[in-house]
Amino acid sequence: MNDSMMVHHTRDKTANTSTPDPYQDAFSKTVFGFWLYILTDCLIFTTLFTTYAVMHNETFGGVHSRDIFQLSTAFTETMILLFSSVTCGLSVIAAVNNERKKILGWLIVTFLLGISFIAIEFREFSDLVHEGHKWDQSAFLSSFFTLVGTHGLHVSVGLFWLIVMFVQIFIKGITIPTFRRLVIFSLFWHFLDLIWIFIFTFVYLMGVL
Amino acid sequence: MKKPNNPVYYMLLFSGILLFIFLIMQPLEILHFRDYISVLFPKGDIALEQRNLLFIVQIIMLLVIIPVFICTFIFSWKYRADNPKGVYDPDLVDNIFLEFVWWGVPFVIVVLISILTWYKTYELDPYKPIQSEKKAITIQVVALQWKWLFIYPEENIASLNFLQFPKDTPLHFEITADAPMNSFWIPALGGQIYAMSKMKTELYLIANQEGDFRGSSANISGEGFAAMHFIARASSEENYQQWVESIKQSQKGLNWESYSKIALPSQEDAPETYNLTDPKLFDKILNKYMHPKKE
Amino acid sequence: MLGRLTLEDFKHDFVQNGAVASMVLGGVGLIALIFYLKRWKWLWNEWLTTTDPKRIGIMYIVVVLIMFMKGFGDAMMLRAQQAMAVGDSQGFLTAGHFQEVFSAHGTTMIFFVGMGFIFGLVNLIVPLQIGARDVAFPFLNALAFWLFTAASMLVLISLAIGKFSTAGWLAYPPLSELEYSPGEGVDYWIWILQIAGVGTTISGINFLVTILKMRCPGMTLMKTPIFVWSILCAMILVIFAFPVLTATLFMLSLDRYLDMHFFTSGGGGNPMLYVNLIWIWGHPEVYVLILPGFGILSEIVPTFSEKRLFGYVSMVWALLLITFYSFVVWLHHFFTMGASPGVNTFFAIMTMVIAIPTGVKIFNWLFTKFRGRVHFTSPMLWFFAFLLNFTVGGMTGVLLSVPPVDFQVHNSLFLIAHFHGMAIGGLLFSLFAGFTYWFPKFTGFFLDEKLNRYAFWCWLGGFLLAFMPLYMLGFMGATRRLDRYGVETNWHPLFVLVAIGAVIILIGASIQLFGLFWSIKNRKKNWDHTGGDPWNGRTLEWSIPSPPPIYNFAIIPTVSDVDPLWAIKRGEAPPARKDYEDIYIPKNTPIGMYIGLFSLIFGFAMTWHIYWLAIIGLIGILVNTIIQLSGNDEHDLITAAQVQEMEEARIRGNAAL
Repeated sequence: MNDSMMVHHTRDKTANTSTPDPYQDAFSKTVFGFWLYILTDCLIFTTLFTTYAVMHNETFGGVHSRDIFQLSTAFTETMILLFSSVTCGLSVIAAVNNERKKILGWLIVTFLLGISFIAIEFREFSDLVHEGHKWDQSAFLSSFFTLVGTHGLHVSVGLFWLIVMFVQIFIKGITIPTFRRLVIFSLFWHFLDLIWIFIFTFVYLMGVL
Repeated sequence: MKKPNNPVYYMLLFSGILLFIFLIMQPLEILHFRDYISVLFPKGDIALEQRNLLFIVQIIMLLVIIPVFICTFIFSWKYRADNPKGVYDPDLVDNIFLEFVWWGVPFVIVVLISILTWYKTYELDPYKPIQSEKKAITIQVVALQWKWLFIYPEENIASLNFLQFPKDTPLHFEITADAPMNSFWIPALGGQIYAMSKMKTELYLIANQEGDFRGSSANISGEGFAAMHFIARASSEENYQQWVESIKQSQKGLNWESYSKIALPSQEDAPETYNLTDPKLFDKILNKYMHPKKE
Repeated sequence: MLGRLTLEDFKHDFVQNGAVASMVLGGVGLIALIFYLKRWKWLWNEWLTTTDPKRIGIMYIVVVLIMFMKGFGDAMMLRAQQAMAVGDSQGFLTAGHFQEVFSAHGTTMIFFVGMGFIFGLVNLIVPLQIGARDVAFPFLNALAFWLFTAASMLVLISLAIGKFSTAGWLAYPPLSELEYSPGEGVDYWIWILQIAGVGTTISGINFLVTILKMRCPGMTLMKTPIFVWSILCAMILVIFAFPVLTATLFMLSLDRYLDMHFFTSGGGGNPMLYVNLIWIWGHPEVYVLILPGFGILSEIVPTFSEKRLFGYVSMVWALLLITFYSFVVWLHHFFTMGASPGVNTFFAIMTMVIAIPTGVKIFNWLFTKFRGRVHFTSPMLWFFAFLLNFTVGGMTGVLLSVPPVDFQVHNSLFLIAHFHGMAIGGLLFSLFAGFTYWFPKFTGFFLDEKLNRYAFWCWLGGFLLAFMPLYMLGFMGATRRLDRYGVETNWHPLFVLVAIGAVIILIGASIQLFGLFWSIKNRKKNWDHTGGDPWNGRTLEWSIPSPPPIYNFAIIPTVSDVDPLWAIKRGEAPPARKDYEDIYIPKNTPIGMYIGLFSLIFGFAMTWHIYWLAIIGLIGILVNTIIQLSGNDEHDLITAAQVQEMEEARIRGNAAL
């Protein structure tokens, strides 16, 4: 572990320019700021969850949740995401230990797991559309596709971000900025996993019971 | 004593004059426009209760507002920088007693108004029937683009942009829309309630006098919104019966088909009356958006 | 090729053509001026690519001035139409155009004048008041400004190309759905708000982290200026409320673009859900607007009373209570939607509870004046006007919070009079006070005091005349948003009266605008010779020169008191450090501007369904984001020696004056 990262891991309560930290405590500010961003993202999902809760029975004469949800698919997606959270965490541990090959390796695994999740979800959506259960058929379907789809969109953005991180670390290795960005990426990824747990529980599980 | 050359004196004087002008303006407006200020001079019990509640709360609020205004003027004058008689105490930064007063007194006032509000909100719930010996007349209201359709299910008549009813008789309005959100409002008789498609809201009103009262929509619903005013006429019982009878003689029938034509967008429609040939019309309108259209 | 954009969309009626022409002329004139003065490089290096919050704050205010002229022009047209369109007269605006104008008026004033002005002041003042050199995320700060500007430009473009929304500033469905508003208007509105909303959320995070993590040594939260506290609370409101707006507008746009059924009449949609969600955002939003206004007054009243703010702890608690309660009152905006009396009563009582801490603040300001030495400079005049108008508006707010009363005044001109009392009497007057108060700090000279006073009287008198009669009009049954009415209503005389009031306000605003240029022209006469402390200030921003150097503080101060500068002047402050250090300044970057530009392209393209262009916009945003996220955190360095040199030069310069 190199020294300059130690400096940034400590938590100074106030900006202190007498220490050799030209970035004035950038690490803890960025992490805190990103937690706040996650809070706002959480509120977006809360709004979508609330909407789903209000609308999940508005089927306008069409299909209900129990008619179209497949728990096995949802369970598979859950496991994939959970594992990808683990591999993402392993990647960050490797970064703390400055082991570049391991970082990149675990990032690749995380990516593969993430892209499988997206593929399965895409398949689920296109099957529904082909059967005629499209998002324009009822409020229930609108809110389902939007809630789960928004999560999928976030995962896709995460995968894109992952590629960018991969390239950065490949080229520059672990520096103060790349380490900081990897940490907040992993926060984002874990957050998405958490949101999925809620989706699995409140949408799929409760939709089928 | 006031020094006429003092700019603060003039500032307080002019703003005082301005305030006074606008204070006087209110009763002057009331005197001049008396007959048209429906909320303050209502013609129905519900509106009367609402107005009295407004006055009570207003008077209670003055208990807070007047001290603020007095303090504003007095402190501005007494503690102006060039006043040698003003005590200067730069370290007077807190006073527990005063804090108690201005947290406590508003708190008590809010408790009082809250209790009053609680009681009155239940009493004046739009859905609450009006107690009367006379049987309530049910009028079903449909907000359209950009006019109002009034259906009398018990009399089997309907009227566009005009409604009539006997005075001193409770009116039970059932309200929906086949249009964007509107709001059904006859200020002389009582408060409004939204008119929304797929939803049925209810409103009870009663007129204490005969007369023509202006009604309108209070929520923007598209280009012809300003045209959505109508006359609500309170007449004698006989006059009302005559009006109902004359409509029943009419050739114009109102069923789902003719309704669909009326529901097409139009503005400034002249009042029309119809024979209601389909008594379930209102329910059909309510259900219009509930199920996929049968092709 | 161009989506649904056609040549017809560039053609408007006479009035609108005039507005577009003057806008285009203004823009062209500005560009010509910059060419003439050969200032493009200066503009690029000093302003467009800056990450200095002092510069960004000034840029916010420049954009706000432009948007204020648009919003004010809208208001004048509304008043003129309503003064004319009685009986057979149609006025000069068609119904559709009138509805576009009031929708644009509300949107512009709230998002681009209110929020913009606030973020401008926050950028200028907050880092200085907490003894910091910068904000937590300088690039995000610049980005937020450019997103704000992009959204503003989209508003101005909507004046020239196509039609704006006719559904009001909140666009309730089903009116705002495809069935009743198929055109581009609502889509313009959606993208304007989405872009501006993202910018606001970013700023919310930025300033929260700044205030919580970058205060100078010794400045605990309970020693922080109340203005900073008010911003802290406002930013908490922003990060909790704006995501709800983003998600709700997202769902509305899905209804409109992908035929979904969130808020449609059919398909199981629920317009009432939209009304709830939009006000769950909307109510905290109005507190985001007013809390900074309160904060500004909490700085001005003590300074011009030569006395500490009365009841500091009380004021902090009042802010926190208002912040918390603003989340549990939203239903008072639609008592008339048919909720049960139990539900209505709950929200009514919660609303009244908010009135308590608000009243507390007013009393604390008044008692700051008590036994002080009050100077009636123009900031204090604005505070005086605030007291008179905001209290009346607040009182009518309590009246509106009683559901049975609200049933009779909801959506009438009584409501309009109430919230303009809050927005103009409360927010705008505080912003004017703050503007005149802090103007010398960032320019080094004063605004012309005489012109300030003339403007003040025009605003006070004009506001009273333009809005007091509206209460009575509401009682006469006049609803809002009417483009014409009958003679028999007898509303006409009062509409004429309020139009006159609006003209008086126009005179006041014109004096202010003229005064700005006049003061700049005569700046030598109004120069601040005190070296940065013209008002005998109490907080840290007055301890540095006017205008401040790029690093704000040569030496980060250590404080031990609320009103730290006052403590220094009374000899009660801890000893200051004397050693200069190396200072790192974030580099300039054009990326924020580029992302703003591509956002503008994206918003415009989405509005007109020009999907290939929208994709280009998205790619542009993405590429620039990646570039920014791949940087190396480079900074410019000002060595301790250079700092020392700059400071000594300043002292020499002051001595020479």
